[in-house]
Amino acid sequence: MTHNMTLRFNRRQALSIGAGAVGAMVLGETIVPAYAKNDTEELINKFTGGKQATPGKVKLDLPEIAENGNTVPMTVSVESPMTVQSHVTDVLVLADGNPRGGVVTFHFSPASGVAEANTRIRLAATQNIIVVAKMNDGSFYMDTKQVKVTIGGCGG
Amino acid sequence: MADVKPRIKLDKKEAKKGDLVEVKALVSHIMETGQRKDDKGNVIPRKILNKFSCTVNGKEVFSADFEPAIAANPYIQFKFKAQESGPVVLTWTDDDGSKIVGEETIKVS
Repeated sequence: MTHNMTLRFNRRQALSIGAGAVGAMVLGETIVPAYAKNDTEELINKFTGGKQATPGKVKLDLPEIAENGNTVPMTVSVESPMTVQSHVTDVLVLADGNPRGGVVTFHFSPASGVAEANTRIRLAATQNIIVVAKMNDGSFYMDTKQVKVTIGGCGG
Repeated sequence: MADVKPRIKLDKKEAKKGDLVEVKALVSHIMETGQRKDDKGNVIPRKILNKFSCTVNGKEVFSADFEPAIAANPYIQFKFKAQESGPVVLTWTDDDGSKIVGEETIKVS
């Protein structure tokens, strides 16, 4: 009998967890990145000089779910011919849920040939990663991606 | 830190002019964030590699500024356009000012 009860409890728990996850997913799509958590917004403003960054051109490649926040592989690539006339100069990567917003800044030049770099980053919790690219003509492009982090690997 | 030897791999040792050469590099470093505390509650001071740069034949092709959010034993992967033969020098700069340097060569035909 106890066995049966345990089973029922587990099933109910599982159902509620499932419903919660669905709710979070629905919310996740409409949520506007909350920059207020750390110095992310200031860092973006400092980088762009108050200019608005346009979404697009930048591609941020990260796992949707990171089991271990201590080392999360990340690839950033920016669409650009990378010629002297038109190239990417700097790419700023930020994490809005870390104690501090800054993650890394890549510096490219026409000698890079392609604006693409990969490294491994630390993420303290589930959060948004924001990448802002600066072009040599002074325009800015950006991309944002949410990463779910499960520290300790408990699968939640 | 002078005894640290970075592991560097170029996807090709010989390239035609204009080819893209991919560089992968890994270096051992604790990358202490300055956020953690020891068992007595004292903050462990920050110690990270804060700057990375790659030069080919003395010209910088790529560089990066690292923050504490870069994982321990930093890994970096990027590409450059082959222009002329010469040394590919990768340099990491520590918070204490010391440098870790690694070198490969590229032959461009």
